[in-house]
Amino acid sequence: MSLLELVGITKSFGAIHALEGVDLEVEAGEVVGLMGDNGAGKSTLMKIVAGNFLPTEGTIRIEGREVEFQKPVDARMAGIEIVYQDLALCDNLSAAANVFLGREEKKRIGPFAFIDHKSIFDRAAKIFAELKSETRPRDLVRQMSGGQRQAVAIARTRLSDPKLVLMDEPTAAISVRQVAEVLALIKRLGDSGHAVILVSHRMPDVFEVCDRVAVLRRGLKVADKSIAETSPEEVTGLITGAIEAA
Amino acid sequence: MKQPAKNPDLHAEIDESIALRQEVTGFGSLLRAQPFWVFLAILAIGVVMTFVSDAFMTERNLFNITRNFAFFGIMALGMSAVICTAGIDLSVGSLLGLCAITLGLTMQSGLGIEMGFLVCMATAAIVGFINGFLIAYLKMAPFVVTLGMLAMARSIAMVLSNNKMIYDFGPDTDLFEWIGGESVLGVPNVVWVLIVMTAIFWIVWRHTTWGRWVIAIGGNAEAAKLSGIPVERMIVSVYMVCSMCTGLAAFMFIGYTGSATNGMGVTYELTVIAASVIGGANLMGGVVYALGAPIGAALMELIRNSLLLAGIPALWQQFFVGLFLILAVLLEQIRNRGGK
Repeated sequence: MSLLELVGITKSFGAIHALEGVDLEVEAGEVVGLMGDNGAGKSTLMKIVAGNFLPTEGTIRIEGREVEFQKPVDARMAGIEIVYQDLALCDNLSAAANVFLGREEKKRIGPFAFIDHKSIFDRAAKIFAELKSETRPRDLVRQMSGGQRQAVAIARTRLSDPKLVLMDEPTAAISVRQVAEVLALIKRLGDSGHAVILVSHRMPDVFEVCDRVAVLRRGLKVADKSIAETSPEEVTGLITGAIEAA
Repeated sequence: MKQPAKNPDLHAEIDESIALRQEVTGFGSLLRAQPFWVFLAILAIGVVMTFVSDAFMTERNLFNITRNFAFFGIMALGMSAVICTAGIDLSVGSLLGLCAITLGLTMQSGLGIEMGFLVCMATAAIVGFINGFLIAYLKMAPFVVTLGMLAMARSIAMVLSNNKMIYDFGPDTDLFEWIGGESVLGVPNVVWVLIVMTAIFWIVWRHTTWGRWVIAIGGNAEAAKLSGIPVERMIVSVYMVCSMCTGLAAFMFIGYTGSATNGMGVTYELTVIAASVIGGANLMGGVVYALGAPIGAALMELIRNSLLLAGIPALWQQFFVGLFLILAVLLEQIRNRGGK
């Protein structure tokens, strides 16, 4: 039984078919790369899994159970966490405050509930240590490098110990040296039993961290192969259409 | 300052070069806080004024200064919250007038001070709710909504008062005027209210999720939304808090002046916004200091008082208030550039 199972996912926006009958399975602890050219349907598929859209047709199963995500909160409740492309962080807050934003730990004094700063800083420090990131909980996000910001965004997903983490272009906006750091973070997510779907344009990233790669072209899934059985050349061909399907 | 990297592959030199990484706590944050520098300016003006005028350091003068700025300080506490969400509330001056009238009419009819207070705060809460609802749910621009409310609230105040002044506050007149105009332990009551409110806001900004969420919304509303924060509800509550601070200031102010007219508070919104901005509130949102509101209001009153005592014609007052407003924002920009 797969952790995530997408069956015949179709999404139409009026006359435009963004996705046509896409199947995808993701096992626990597996890192799956999702590739495709602009407009191939990657973002649409991710938004369906994240609960931003309902599919026009098709079913989503989590651990064999059929689910229907009306809104992003439903997806989160089902154990899916999303790292957004623009990272969705508050620059003016500390790293720890961002990790716990909306889920602050509280302590009660009489009838009032106050933020438990110590617990938040301690837990954030522990998560950053687990991620082997040097991000310091008290640092302001404004002053962080792209790699550190990515670490904060990933740390957010660790709070609820999700089953599946969706990452949308996590290495698009950061320097080459920081990419290595982020890829290491993704590997550790996989090693600790989390499933990861990595949406990326960057071939080397996908071949470094993913176990499997799925390729979308014009709303159709044209390939779904183990990384060991394919090559960057083949995937490039599949993305552009030079190779019909594999 | 360079930190040795344990694993040169993983730790980019770029990261190491960010040696000036700043933390949110400690002495450094004090130096970066706008209210601290404005407070220094207040002290500097105070020192200069003791040489310029013998009347400045008298108990009477300091009493007057603190009492005068306290009303604006209370309003600025709420305004700072609105500005923190990258909003603005232009209706506070008119709301002060409207609260004056609803409060005055209630007490005049003999319903007592408790009822007067409730009606005053309810008036504020309703106006704040309307502002917040239009801004949060209908996505209208705060400037436009509150500009409209500025006109409407003033007009309602005129209609309700029938353009008459209210100076009879019923059976509780004495208590009402004592609360607004007298003092305890040599400190005006309204200043006590300001102190308590500032302390409450200090705790709210620092230690409550409401405060944390408002600051987050000001920093990145989209991120706040994705984090599951009920952004719309929060914005409505922020405008209600701002209005209710004005309601509280109105209650104290009418007690102090001993009369209520529908013309009260005209152009106060500008003074309150200026006080908030001088105190460090950033119109781009995401920055708020509880101490900024009273300190900003204090600086403005101090300028007014100092010009008066120094014998400079009162016609110059607005010029200097405006000058300090621009200087305060300039100072903030320079500090921000230095920090990066």
